[in-house]
Amino acid sequence: MKAYFDVFKRYKYLLGNLISRDLKVKYRRSALGFLWSILNPLLMMLVVSTVFQHVMKVVSPDITDFAIFYLTGSLIFNFVSESTNLALPSIIMGAPLIKKVYIPKYIFPLEKILFSFVNMLFSLIALVIMLIVRQTPITWTVILFPIPLIYTLIFCIGLGLILATLNVFFRDVAHLYGVFITAWMYLSPVIYSESLLPEQIRPIMHFNPLYHFMTYFRNVVMNGVVPDLKANLICISISVIFFVLGLVVFKKNQDKFILYI
Amino acid sequence: MSDVIKVDNVTMRFNMSKDKVDSIKEFIIKKIKRQLKFEEFFALKNVSLTVEKGDVFGIVGLNGSGKSTLLKVISGILKPTTGSVQTIGSISPLIELGAGFDMDLTAGENIFLNGSVLGYSKQEMIEKYDSILDFSELRDFENVAVKNFSSGMVARLGFSIATITKPDILIVDEILAVGDFLFQQKCENRIRELMAGGTTVLMVSHSIEQIERLCKHVLWLDHGNMRMIGNMRDVCDAYKSL
Repeated sequence: MKAYFDVFKRYKYLLGNLISRDLKVKYRRSALGFLWSILNPLLMMLVVSTVFQHVMKVVSPDITDFAIFYLTGSLIFNFVSESTNLALPSIIMGAPLIKKVYIPKYIFPLEKILFSFVNMLFSLIALVIMLIVRQTPITWTVILFPIPLIYTLIFCIGLGLILATLNVFFRDVAHLYGVFITAWMYLSPVIYSESLLPEQIRPIMHFNPLYHFMTYFRNVVMNGVVPDLKANLICISISVIFFVLGLVVFKKNQDKFILYI
Repeated sequence: MSDVIKVDNVTMRFNMSKDKVDSIKEFIIKKIKRQLKFEEFFALKNVSLTVEKGDVFGIVGLNGSGKSTLLKVISGILKPTTGSVQTIGSISPLIELGAGFDMDLTAGENIFLNGSVLGYSKQEMIEKYDSILDFSELRDFENVAVKNFSSGMVARLGFSIATITKPDILIVDEILAVGDFLFQQKCENRIRELMAGGTTVLMVSHSIEQIERLCKHVLWLDHGNMRMIGNMRDVCDAYKSL
């Protein structure tokens, strides 16, 4: 166990370097640079709110401020979607390196997920701007906002490790996952709230991990509610189960990667 | 003298499937029809060797004799099917120069990135940054993206980064054939300096003259089998009379 931590410490610098490489490459030659991470969610929010509030006119009755509701949900969902989508092909993308130098292989999916996490932190600024613009009443509970984000991060690391492993052996996963992530978006309370669903199928949504993360996040940011012990336990269990499962699946298969990439 | 590399009875087996199966549908269909046949291919068969600290160990053999596979097994990139490998100290693998460069980043940024790939710390890289630029003679191109470099420039940068700190074990795979003859000489001198400093060098080369100039012990691989191992003179003479 200690040996693992020593190796991780040794490659911490590489992890940081790869993340900053991704950030540099992402914004190289764009005039606004990292401002896009703030602008993008704001522009998306404009589009979605216009469509749902004025064109289709289907907004759950209990949503007081659709813009903030959408922004909080999409912040979490976009992070999950982006990080897992990047982690999925990360081992195959890392093939040139994996074949030539010894590096702990989990670095590749982990790096992509942390990179998306940094992106999400930028997008958080968009949320702060909107909270101020809409004069949303804010209570002290808002300082609890990192907790649901950390839960989501741990969940994503686990899921990312599983997806990256699967994709090495079966490239179909990449195609399938694109469809899956769209379905997942509509099954999560991003653009509608739970109350829009018929009473009977509402419990189904509780099987969706994102439902719990989003509810937690909205409760502390918008509703001024401190999540109870049960909510915390559910979130922790989901994250830890996925994290451990991811580690086990990845570790069992990592020596075979090189034969398939 | 202590052994820093110990390869014990290593066998490396690859499953060569005739047609590569990488979709779930194909896999299931072939599995049901029992068509999942693999042809076994032994890249290495029962290879054992020990290398003492400070030795320069050469590996010769024809194409496809398993030289690169052996280097990859020793540097930890491949895990042997059976047998074990033990190494002591830090390894700098020069399997391919410039592996891990990001073509969109500048030479300066790549020095830090590549250094961290090789497991150097931030502190070390800041200290060595200037000497890397000087050794590679790329000072004028510090802020140029690597995609605009010639292959010789990429190789120079890669070699400079990998050899700037004194690794305990340096693994060199057929890379000294790059660059002009002046830089090749510079690389050889650098390897001699490292040798003098106690670094163990493991090298593969098709240039038998280079092996004769640098190595003390040589292993001759033939289709994954050990054909001959021992003093440079004996093995090289036998190899040349092939």
